[in-house]
Amino acid sequence: MDEFSTSDIVINLLLAARWTLALTLVAFLGGGVVGLLILAARIDPRPWLARSANGYIGLFQGTPLLLQLFLVFFGLPLLGLQIEPWMAASFGLTFYASAYLAEIWRGGVEALPKGQWEAARALGLPRSACLRLVVLPQALRMTLPPAVGFLVQLVKATAVTSIIGYAELMRTANAINNATFEPFTVYGMVAAIYFALCFPLTAYARRLEAGGQHRFGR
Amino acid sequence: MLDFSWLPDALTVLASGVATTMGLIVVVTVLGTVLSIAGAAARRSRSKGLRRAVGAYVELVRNTPFLVQLFFIFFGLPGLGIRLNAVTAAILAMTLNMTAYGIEVVRAGLEAVPKGQGEGGAALGLSRTRVFLSVVLPQALRVIFPALSSQIIIILLESAVVSQIAVRDLTYEADLLQSRTFRPFETYLVVTGLYLGLATAMRRGMEAGAHRWIFRGR
Repeated sequence: MDEFSTSDIVINLLLAARWTLALTLVAFLGGGVVGLLILAARIDPRPWLARSANGYIGLFQGTPLLLQLFLVFFGLPLLGLQIEPWMAASFGLTFYASAYLAEIWRGGVEALPKGQWEAARALGLPRSACLRLVVLPQALRMTLPPAVGFLVQLVKATAVTSIIGYAELMRTANAINNATFEPFTVYGMVAAIYFALCFPLTAYARRLEAGGQHRFGR
Repeated sequence: MLDFSWLPDALTVLASGVATTMGLIVVVTVLGTVLSIAGAAARRSRSKGLRRAVGAYVELVRNTPFLVQLFFIFFGLPGLGIRLNAVTAAILAMTLNMTAYGIEVVRAGLEAVPKGQGEGGAALGLSRTRVFLSVVLPQALRVIFPALSSQIIIILLESAVVSQIAVRDLTYEADLLQSRTFRPFETYLVVTGLYLGLATAMRRGMEAGAHRWIFRGR
């Protein structure tokens, strides 16, 4: 068996943290794109479309992420797709992120004064252009603090993908722990790395929130 | 293509999993609520050291994944001579997690109560503890309850990962079932539906309870 020194443990964990970051980034960007589509459907005047989007959001916010990952991991092969853990992790977290981001942004869209819509419509813009050019830019800026807050949630959520076999920080920690039998050190370090990733984002979200309240005079 | 013929034989196992999961949630809700109130009171205490310690705990828990906290407690703490069985470790991890979020919720609720309320209580000659429990806290509950009940739902969804330390919760039973039926997708689909049902039922139940007990006469 290989001998692991403490510095070996740290180096291997830090290398694995790259995959945690990569997955977070993919899920945030992918979730952002899908989330915008869900948002557009959620605020559509056609009731069936809005209701479907609402159901989608409720489904992802009302079930455990671990089960969502299992369903992607075991469900896509039923459709005849060969799937690797990293693909299941990316798809699963993208859907998960899209539901939360759509709901956050919807809050922003609904907080916007109705006059913004009416003025844009009065200029003769079609609904989709109102949304894209007038409403969304303001709503996205207004909801930046909760979106950054969700990014923290997403970094932490990537740890669950270790269970379906994606070799990010947590799974690497389990493997190192199995080789070294030093769970206190290994999981302590893992916690420290997650903290180092999340805390600056949390602090940033908090600063944005304070600034925003000041600016909007709430 | 989908095969649910295993389901009738699995009902007792699933029921036992639901019972374990709900048992965990009930215990954690009670412990977490009491500790959140105590923690929020500590954050308002006159001792700077106590305020700082509670603040550090809140940041530490909120900026690390639940799965890491769970593994640290279950696998790591025995290194310090603290050996917990799986259920105790799960309850401890879930309670620590819920309390970290709950403290902020309760604190926001307490801050929403006008200062004059506490001063009025003090002017009547009530002790500090009495003022907190009988005057400030009941009014704060109206702000606290909605956010705290969402937190309880989040803990329900997060609790799925305690299956990874062999707590026989709903997800653990699903893992065992699918290894017997070779129908992972169908098994996890049913169990995901059960979680969604539990989350929905709990949300409705808590809303009804709130209307009955907290928002009475409004």
